[in-house]
Amino acid sequence: MSSVSIRNLQISFGALNVLETLDLEVQEGEFIVLLGPSGCGKSTLLNAIAGLLDITEGQIWIDGRNVTWAEPHERGIGMVFQSYALYPRLTVEGNLSFGLKMSGMPKAEIARRVLEAARILQLEHLLQRQPAQLSGGQRQRVAIGRALVRNAKVLLFDEPLSNLDAKLRTELRVEIKRLHKSLGSTMIFVTHDQVEALTLADRVAVMHKGVIQQLATSKEIYQRPINRFVAGFVGSPQMNFLPGTLVRRENATCFRLRDGSEVNLTGYVFSRPFADGQAATLGIRPEQALLRPSEHQHPDRLEAVFTIEEPMGPDTLLWGTLAGESFSVRISSDQTPVIGAKTDLYVNMAQASLFDEAGDRL
Amino acid sequence: MTAPETRIRSVPMGEGPSGPAPKSLSTARIGIYAFLFISALFFLLPLYVMVVTSIKPMEEIRLGGIFALPTTVTFEPWVKAWSSACTGLDCRGISPGFWNSVKILVPSVICSIFVGALTGYALSFWRVRGANLLFAALLLGAFLPYQVFIYPLVRIYSATGLFSTIYALVLTHVIFGLPVMTLLFRNYYAGIPVDLFKAARVDGGRFFSIFFRLMLPMSIPMLVVALILQVTGIWNDFIMGLTFGGLANRPMTVQLTNLVAPTEGEIAYNVNMAATIMTAAVPLIVYFISGRWFVRGIAAGAVKG
Repeated sequence: MSSVSIRNLQISFGALNVLETLDLEVQEGEFIVLLGPSGCGKSTLLNAIAGLLDITEGQIWIDGRNVTWAEPHERGIGMVFQSYALYPRLTVEGNLSFGLKMSGMPKAEIARRVLEAARILQLEHLLQRQPAQLSGGQRQRVAIGRALVRNAKVLLFDEPLSNLDAKLRTELRVEIKRLHKSLGSTMIFVTHDQVEALTLADRVAVMHKGVIQQLATSKEIYQRPINRFVAGFVGSPQMNFLPGTLVRRENATCFRLRDGSEVNLTGYVFSRPFADGQAATLGIRPEQALLRPSEHQHPDRLEAVFTIEEPMGPDTLLWGTLAGESFSVRISSDQTPVIGAKTDLYVNMAQASLFDEAGDRL
Repeated sequence: MTAPETRIRSVPMGEGPSGPAPKSLSTARIGIYAFLFISALFFLLPLYVMVVTSIKPMEEIRLGGIFALPTTVTFEPWVKAWSSACTGLDCRGISPGFWNSVKILVPSVICSIFVGALTGYALSFWRVRGANLLFAALLLGAFLPYQVFIYPLVRIYSATGLFSTIYALVLTHVIFGLPVMTLLFRNYYAGIPVDLFKAARVDGGRFFSIFFRLMLPMSIPMLVVALILQVTGIWNDFIMGLTFGGLANRPMTVQLTNLVAPTEGEIAYNVNMAATIMTAAVPLIVYFISGRWFVRGIAAGAVKG
């Protein structure tokens, strides 16, 4: 039985359709990340699941119950917000117990649950503090604790790490992952940060313009993006896109670039048939192009000219052009690149992506 | 750890100014102080005349020098103004008016602030259908002169039997306070992150529980502002008290006018001044006690959080 099930959901504000007939099945204990640029409808979807937003069409099921018309607190969810949304003028303990007091739970049970949440999140020594006296990371832990005390089967996170600095973000990200492992509750996590998405998720739902473009594991999303949007949105620096045409030869399929040069596509697994001479785009991630061929590789090569070198520590980014298109390559920092002259690049086509003119994967 | 002497300081210090520039008392600053001093003097002068006159016996007042300090100080005018000055045939001083004003003030202030805060909360968080239209209509009410409502209100109150009662007065103050109070609280709540409200809803809060447990405790600065505005406005009201209160519920302001209105015989300036100071004292005291809060509250509404 699925834990959260969105069926035929549609949300419009006036004439504007924010979500269009969206379906999503989340398994029990699964960690789903909704990833997308701002304005793609990911937060809208989360708010709809929480019951904080009126929906136009469709149903929302949580834990086998149709909660489409239920109040937020009746849905068995806990929610963590980007701005922490801690109640000012209440101590940490007051914040954690606020919801339980509202539901009229016995005092002893409230105290037990607050202590339990404080123990899990290491907040015991902060219970009597005011939110204003806490650091950003501590505030967000309190906000997570507030969702935990409800013993909700489904936890919703609305960009909870966006307000934190880089170091804290990494720490809290690991903490959330650990929490998910130990609690086993279903988690739905909204973010525009692809690193958070790829590291946390069991499955990532990449959203664009109110539609889930691809729902798959982090690996699948990164290695086999279903269309150009997903390919371009996930990965940093962006995947390189080279326009050209597909050419069928006797014993192989080739890709002809704009400048007339050709590469052999041996190793690429097509997911659907294509026509000879069809226009297409070849997508190569920066780390998929190598300066030296690996052992089993086809000797075909691409010619690029690099103009800028960016040392990043463990690796180095090269920026330049290939067949008139801007092109970037990630190499390990012990390699010495040639700047300003033609450089040979070797690509394992089994890892590359091909998209048709509409942007869908071939 | 690096020792201090290993710090790299290769550029030597040059001649001339170094560090922050010294502060000096400029002409502009002297001008500002002079202006402030003169303004303060200008506004305090009438108050000085009132206080001085109220503690002089009549013989001294007849001499004319209104700025002169009293040679004999007497508090008899104050006692007389409070308890035995005559308005018409009633010789109980201004004290009944004071108590009437208190009886009008307390429920009016509490009800109008409560209703205003509740409306502001509902308008900014519970996206009611047509909320903006409703708010615009309310604002329009704030800009209409309330004199135009007097006749219709008189008819309504007399038809419902409320006329000449304290309820009519309280109700009137609540109604006329509503637009400004709503505006004040709506704008204050608009500055509170909506996530806070969402979190409270996920935590099981309903309309009233979120209002009482979360929003009201957060609105203390705005409550103080509203309190000052309403106490001042309602205490100083004259026309509503005159029109709707009837003889029994005349507020202090109405009684003061009757007291100082020229009658036959000598005008007791000292008694009049004492009565006026007493009437003005309540808003003044509220202001002095919470003035700091007043400014803070206005700023708090403007800055987020």
